Amino acid sequence: MPAVTTEQVESRVVEALTSFGADPEQISRESTFEELDIDSLDLVELAQIVEDEYGVVLKGEDMKELQTVGDAVDLIVSRAEA
Amino acid sequence: MAERDGCALITGASRGIGAAIARALAGDGWPVGVNYRSDRAGAEAVVAEIERDGGRAVALPGDVADPSVPDRLFEALESHFGTRVLALVNNAGISRDELTPALRDEDWSAVIETDLSAAFRLTRRALGPMLRARRGRIVNIASVAGLRANPGQPNYAAAKAGLIALTKTAAVEVARRGITVNAVAPGLIETEMTAGLGGELLAAVPARRMGTPEEVAACVRFLASDEASYVTGAVLTVDGGLAA
Repeated sequence: MPAVTTEQVESRVVEALTSFGADPEQISRESTFEELDIDSLDLVELAQIVEDEYGVVLKGEDMKELQTVGDAVDLIVSRAEA
Repeated sequence: MAERDGCALITGASRGIGAAIARALAGDGWPVGVNYRSDRAGAEAVVAEIERDGGRAVALPGDVADPSVPDRLFEALESHFGTRVLALVNNAGISRDELTPALRDEDWSAVIETDLSAAFRLTRRALGPMLRARRGRIVNIASVAGLRANPGQPNYAAAKAGLIALTKTAAVEVARRGITVNAVAPGLIETEMTAGLGGELLAAVPARRMGTPEEVAACVRFLASDEASYVTGAVLTVDGGLAA
């Protein structure tokens, strides 16, 4: 699997969150999913995107821990490197 | 025939209701995966019939009660047709009838595993890609036994009632992604599973006859179609009025 950079993952996550209806202007590493109105179904879909595109399998318990966009990006990058 | 950009998986489709559903969806333009556990000849006959009528189909072996099978079925079907699975029909089912006081643990478990747990695992596997596609159709073949008591079927009734509850729950979870999840609840249908039934049971059916697999399949074809886009979490009885 080709290495992925934090920037690539960040940009893919922002694209996904925007497709779920989040305002792209409001998305930063610090913004919480709650603030962005991203709910558990959106996070399940994000996990599916990550699995399809990076081969990283995120379980329900992984997703439950995530509060902010930065948390998600860091988790995906760390799993992709592992 | 309508062109489809996704394909359909029908479990337990080598005969009976499943075979009729495979034929009906293929007739509606779906490339179909005809799953079977042991009746390879039956599944291949269904595939041959569909192909003869100008449809596309592939036979897919696998016991759905085996937890490793859903991934294998989806991968085989997706690679065969080169497209996503956008319709899943959980039809595979078994019955091991016995009165509750005499029912053995293994007959309880076997029916729950095949008729309920397998449908859950297949539904879980189907939903990820459907969420991304923003559309999808799941149709679960339940039974009037899941709605109305039928002595001698505690395991089957519990599994089918559970399947109806799973249908409704999954339906509301994914409704806003354009995915529908519905159940069809057949009554007394002419299949191998109901061979030898009739008589007394038939007297309780207002229509006074058994249904045909094709009558069930027609409802599944509708629920899998674009026309059924606002129908979700529903249980459609196909039972000649039995549960009315």
